[in-house]
Amino acid sequence: MIKSLSTEATLENAGLSPEERELFCNARPKAYEPYPIKAVEDFANWCRANSLWILAFGTGCGAIELRPLMTARFDANRFGVAGRPTPRQSSVFIIGGYSSVKTLKRIVRSYEQMQGPKFVIALGICPVNGGMYWDSYNTIKRLDQYIPVDLYITGCMPRPEVLVGGLVELKKMIKAGQCDGANRYVENFDWYKANQKRVIKNWNMPDYNW
Amino acid sequence: MNSMLDRLAQEFHITDVVERRPGLTTISVDKDLAETLIRELRDREGYTHLNFMTAIDQIEHGMFTLVYMLHNYERKSTLSVHVDIEREEAEMTSIHTLWAQAWTYQRELRELWGIRFPGSPRLDEDFCLEGWEDIPPMRREFDTVEFCERTFVSRDGRHTEDPREHMHEVMFPTRGGDN
Repeated sequence: MIKSLSTEATLENAGLSPEERELFCNARPKAYEPYPIKAVEDFANWCRANSLWILAFGTGCGAIELRPLMTARFDANRFGVAGRPTPRQSSVFIIGGYSSVKTLKRIVRSYEQMQGPKFVIALGICPVNGGMYWDSYNTIKRLDQYIPVDLYITGCMPRPEVLVGGLVELKKMIKAGQCDGANRYVENFDWYKANQKRVIKNWNMPDYNW
Repeated sequence: MNSMLDRLAQEFHITDVVERRPGLTTISVDKDLAETLIRELRDREGYTHLNFMTAIDQIEHGMFTLVYMLHNYERKSTLSVHVDIEREEAEMTSIHTLWAQAWTYQRELRELWGIRFPGSPRLDEDFCLEGWEDIPPMRREFDTVEFCERTFVSRDGRHTEDPREHMHEVMFPTRGGDN
């Protein structure tokens, strides 16, 4: 077994069996450090804002809005937005509406696997306060309890125009250096983890899916 | 159709034959004879398609009513077979040997209503709920709103108006009376 060389606290990974535990990393996530020179950081943010790569993960009914967004009529490629097949390659996670507990587990896993800097857009009313699923036994009400959200686009369902507007807004926020969702996740990691484990009862994955 | 039902009514003690609309008839049958009746309907009477199966929670009578919806393509007729089973320790004969897709329905019934089907494949695997610890959520004694408030965090700002009271108090305050 590979021992962690640093003296920092490590994660327990209690949901895994002892054999599996050796296969996964148990280090805690690290916060993003901006470049020391502000001009360099601003340039990096400008680059990030102009190459938003969306994870192809349709988590609810809102995923249907991503198809016209990418095709001829709305053509999000004009804004440097492209779809990517895996979490490892993408920087924007669009939560398309309601999320059941079963989906939330996959959302957490995909979100943690994304490389920083990463941004989350919550689409529709359901991630805000539950929407029409406010009394559903299997649908979470507030997404920001489980992963950090940078931008909400409300409505049921928001049209692709609004989604384009939201992406433009996200670009402004990134250029201004205001999207610190991933850092909030690192700082409040234990709080997020406790919330996630309270609803996801069969936690059979590592505590941090890196 | 009627001659078939008359014959089956004698053999299988079918009760409550109701024609809901042309092409849809519901019948009730005893739990012990249900599987044989459904097999007979499939093999001899041409009801070859299982549309769906589900359960109705009759909490007032302490019963679950299982509904097997069968379809005959030649006669264009649908037959709904209702079977009452006890609510406590609910159990029913599996029909996955008749239609392979039935085990998916039975898995769902096990998870959402808590009805057991001995011998049905993969019955105890999670279906839509993962790691569910409460009573099955489609049982009527399960309080969904209470469960939600206990499990999920809600955001301030949501409030609902009872339409009747809202009309009395805000829209038409001068018009008193309950009617």
